[in-house]
Amino acid sequence: MTPRSSRWAAAALLSPTLLVLALVVFYPLVAAMRESFYESGQRLDADGFVVEGEWFAGLANYAGVVQQRFLNAAFNTTLFTVVTVSLEVVLGVAMALVMRRAFRGRALLRASILIPWAVPTAVAGLMWKWIFQADGVANALLGTEILWTADGPWAKLAVIVADTWKTAPFVGLLVLAGLQIIPAEVYEAAKVDGATPWQTFWRVTLPLVKPALLVAVLFRLMDALRIFDLPYVLVGPRKQSVETLSGLIWDEATRVHYGPASAYGTALFCYIAVIAFVFVKLLGADLLSDVRARRREGSARVG
Amino acid sequence: MWARAGMIGIALYCLVPFYWMVVSSFRRTADIHDKSPLPAPWSLESYEAVFAADLGFGQSLLNSLIVAGVTTAVTLLVGTLAAYALARLDFRGKNVVLALVIAVSMFPGALLIVPLLELFTAIGWINTYQAMIVPSMSFALPLTIWNLTAFFRQLPYDLEQAAMIDGCTAFAAFRRVLLPLAAPGIFTTAILAFIATWNEFIIAVTMINDQARQPATVRIAQFTGAAKFDTPFGTQMAAGVLVTLPLVLLVLFFQRRIVAGLTAGALK
Repeated sequence: MTPRSSRWAAAALLSPTLLVLALVVFYPLVAAMRESFYESGQRLDADGFVVEGEWFAGLANYAGVVQQRFLNAAFNTTLFTVVTVSLEVVLGVAMALVMRRAFRGRALLRASILIPWAVPTAVAGLMWKWIFQADGVANALLGTEILWTADGPWAKLAVIVADTWKTAPFVGLLVLAGLQIIPAEVYEAAKVDGATPWQTFWRVTLPLVKPALLVAVLFRLMDALRIFDLPYVLVGPRKQSVETLSGLIWDEATRVHYGPASAYGTALFCYIAVIAFVFVKLLGADLLSDVRARRREGSARVG
Repeated sequence: MWARAGMIGIALYCLVPFYWMVVSSFRRTADIHDKSPLPAPWSLESYEAVFAADLGFGQSLLNSLIVAGVTTAVTLLVGTLAAYALARLDFRGKNVVLALVIAVSMFPGALLIVPLLELFTAIGWINTYQAMIVPSMSFALPLTIWNLTAFFRQLPYDLEQAAMIDGCTAFAAFRRVLLPLAAPGIFTTAILAFIATWNEFIIAVTMINDQARQPATVRIAQFTGAAKFDTPFGTQMAAGVLVTLPLVLLVLFFQRRIVAGLTAGALK
C-alpha cells in the first residue's frame, strides 16, 4: 500500500476504537474533572429566591481531600497495594520457580493456578467471608475466635489474605513466562562456574526475569490502587477499616454527592497516574541500565 | 523432591479455599457449620434454594451472559480492526495510539461512575443492559486490542502480500488469509474479554438497582436470608459455585491458550 492510502486505512480502522474510547473514557474523564469544580442542588439567589442548578464551587469539593475519611481511604488503598503487591511478587516468583521444574502434572498445576484468577472477585469476597466467619473454618483451624469480617484491624488482614490468594498465581504465571525465555545455556554456564543455587537465583535468574517481573508488578499496582469489590463484599461498604478510595468515590456518588465524588475520583486518577509515571521512569531507566550492564559484561568477557 | 512438595503446596494454596466453597454448597442448611472435609450427608438443598423464584438468580445469570456476550462480540469487532491497523499498517502516531490504549486499561473504574451515572440518568439508561455493556468496553477493548496486536504481529506477512499480488484487495487479504490464521488468537482474546466482563462489579452495582437486570456477581452479594440479619451462606456458596462454573470450565478446556493470551497481553 502507498503511505497515503495506508494512512487513510489506519484512520478508518482505528476510528471505531477511538470513538468508543472517547465515549467511555475521555468524556467521563473530562466531565468528572469539570464536575469536581462544581456544586449542584438548591440555593438562594441574591433576591432570596430558591434556584436549582449548578454553580462554580472552586476548590470546595477538594476540601474533603484533607479530611479524615479521605486520608483513611488513601491510607487503606496504599496499604493494600504495598502489602499485597509485595506478597504477590514473593509468592509469584516462588511459584514460578517451582512450576518451571514441574514436568509431570504440569497441566494439572496450570489448571489449578488459573482457578483463583477465574473466580470472580465478588465471589472470592463471599468465599473468604464464609471462611472468615466467627465460627468459620479459619478460626477452627487456627484455634482462634477472631472477628475477621467485622470492622477492625483484622478486616484489613482478611482483605489482604483474600486479595493475595486471588492474584499471586497470576503473577506466578507471568513470571513463569519470563523464566521460560531464559536460555538453558545460561544456567549451564553458571553451573560450570560453580555457582550455588542461591547465587544462581540472585545473579542469573532474577536479573534476567526482571523485565517480565516489572511489567507484572506495574499491572498489579494499577489494579490494586483501584481495588473496590473485594472489601465491598468481604467486609461491606462504608467500613472504615477497609474503605478504599474507589469505595469512598462509589459511596459519595450513590449518595448523589457528585461534586466531592468527582473531586476524589480526580485525586485517585492523579495518584494512579503519578505512580505509573514514576514506575515507568524507574523501569525504563532500570531496563536501560540492565541492557548496558549486560553489554559491558559481554565485552569484558570477550576482552 | 522439594519440587514435588512445592507443586503440591501451590495446588493446595490455589484449590483449598475454592474446595471449601464447593463442599459448603453441598451441605444441608442444618449442618452448614460442620467442619468435616466432606459433607455428611450430601445435599442439594442450597442449590434448590438458589433457584427459588424470589431470588431471581437464574435471571441474573442470564443477564451476565447477555452483558458479557454482547460486550465480547462488539469489542472483538471493533478491536480486531484496530489491532490489524496497529500490527500491519505504517502510519504516524502509531505508538501514541498504542500508549493510549494501554493507559486506558489502567483507568480507575470509580472515576467513570459519576459522569456516566449522570449521563445514563439523563438519557434513561439506568437499569438497562447497555448501561453495563458500554462502560465495560472501557476495559475489554484495550485488553482485546493489546492481545490481538501482539498476535497479528506473530503471523507471517508474506501470506497477505502473496494474496494481494494474486489480486486480492487489502480487505480481502485480511478477511480470507489473515483472519482464518488469526482465529485461535481471536478466540483466546474472546475468552479473556468474556471473563473480564463476567467479573465486572462496580459499574453494575452503580447503574443497576432493579433486581431483574442485575448480573450474577452483584445479585449474589445481595442475597438475604430468611431472617433479616441472617446471611444465607449455603445459598451464597451454591450461587458462587454456579457463577464460577462457566469460567472454570473455560479455564480447564482452554488453559494452554488462556496462559498464552495472558502472557502475550502482559509481556509483549
